[in-house]
Amino acid sequence: MELGKILLSTILVNNYIFARFLGICPFFGVSSKMETSIGMGAAVTFVVTISSIITYFIQMLLDKFSIGYLQTIVFILVIAALVQFVEVAMKKISPTLYNALGVYLPLITTNCVVLGVAILNIQEKYTLIQTTVNAIGASLGFTLALVLMAGIREKLVIADVPEALEGFPIALVSAGLMSIAFLGFSGLI
Amino acid sequence: MEMMYPIIVLGGLGFLFAVLLSIATEVFAVEVDPKEEAILAALPGANCGGCGYPGCGGLAKAIADGKAPVNACSVGGAASAEKIAEIMGTTAGSTDKQVAVVLCQGDCEKAKDKYKYQGLNDCRAQNVVQGGSKACNYGCLGCGTCKDVCAFGAIEIVDGIAVIDKDKCVACGKCITACPKKIIELVPYKNEYIVKCSSKDAGKDVRSTCTIGCIGCQMCVKACPKEAITFENNLAKIDYSKCINCSICAGKCPTKAIFPGMTKKEQKELEAKKAGIVTEEVKEEVKTEPAKAEAVEETKED
Repeated sequence: MELGKILLSTILVNNYIFARFLGICPFFGVSSKMETSIGMGAAVTFVVTISSIITYFIQMLLDKFSIGYLQTIVFILVIAALVQFVEVAMKKISPTLYNALGVYLPLITTNCVVLGVAILNIQEKYTLIQTTVNAIGASLGFTLALVLMAGIREKLVIADVPEALEGFPIALVSAGLMSIAFLGFSGLI
Repeated sequence: MEMMYPIIVLGGLGFLFAVLLSIATEVFAVEVDPKEEAILAALPGANCGGCGYPGCGGLAKAIADGKAPVNACSVGGAASAEKIAEIMGTTAGSTDKQVAVVLCQGDCEKAKDKYKYQGLNDCRAQNVVQGGSKACNYGCLGCGTCKDVCAFGAIEIVDGIAVIDKDKCVACGKCITACPKKIIELVPYKNEYIVKCSSKDAGKDVRSTCTIGCIGCQMCVKACPKEAITFENNLAKIDYSKCINCSICAGKCPTKAIFPGMTKKEQKELEAKKAGIVTEEVKEEVKTEPAKAEAVEETKED
């Protein structure tokens, strides 16, 4: 029950894009086409889940030496190395998956969603299982936001938008409106 | 000692990851065919996807694996095909440069409208409304959706129809997929005479909607000395491999549906006159007049 709550909360109520405003860069960068947004979503899900689990153990190490203030820099190091490792390994083990995720995998090395989830897991004092569920929920929420946005932007391409708002500005406006819409979930839990 | 912890931990982690990564790259090393890299270098690198593979990298892999022909890249053309052929140790074969052509000449004057369209300036949007505002269901809608997708600036909208600049076109095929009417086609660059009409309607219906459409009289089919023209779906079709650019069909065509249109034709006639070829010219002039007369009749009927 507790886990279900965490999952639902990160996907809808505390959606990392619409409620916490993390990962806005890829959110706009790759949401112009449905296909790419799904690819990015899959890559993020993959990396966030693994990095959350790893950073959970890294935090234990940091706590042991009581150097918690190094959290951010160590996590960045861990995530960057991890993504690099996953890329190398995946190329050999599963070329299909590697091709599917393509360029998005290295792109998310410095994605703030990945770091954000890892740090928030620690702040919320989640257990290992809760951490995993939270990571999956966060990335599913990210994917959901990305796919929704891609759907809207594909339609926006042929919409009659005022000249000054064409392209990126109208995407920002629609993202803002979607964020307001997601506020409606706040009473859910 | 406590002061050393952060240095040890961070440095240790960094060192650990460095070692792990370098081991991983060795263990998980994927052998890349050196041919593939060489081929990739020979390709134009535009990543346009015109070949049907995901970017130049995808095509390079396919060529290296022998799944794609060495001349699969139409953007790079003969130059890159030759280089790739050298890498692969085969000959390039003749690569006919291809260009995209809009198979419609029904501009604002020549084609009639079904209704007045006032929606979004996009062919895809217009096509949703009863197949567009043109009376002919196979005509170019002229909103320039193809122009927008063309990365090479080869498409212009002239008098309400899209016209592709033969010399700028690299045959990437993006306009072909973008066109909701599916009236853009790849044609060999060397071919000068093209049936620029896509209407599959019967001749009578074509006449009632457009003055420059193919009415299916089959005069070109009979006139062609190389039997390169066939007739199917109420439309003349030139076999580009057989065509010798003799221009007889363009001269015979009563509606001038076979490109080049009137002006270029007249230029040819002028040239011919100078050269002293009289017979051709007389025939063509005779044909030009009824076509004009028909056009006048059409407008009177309105």
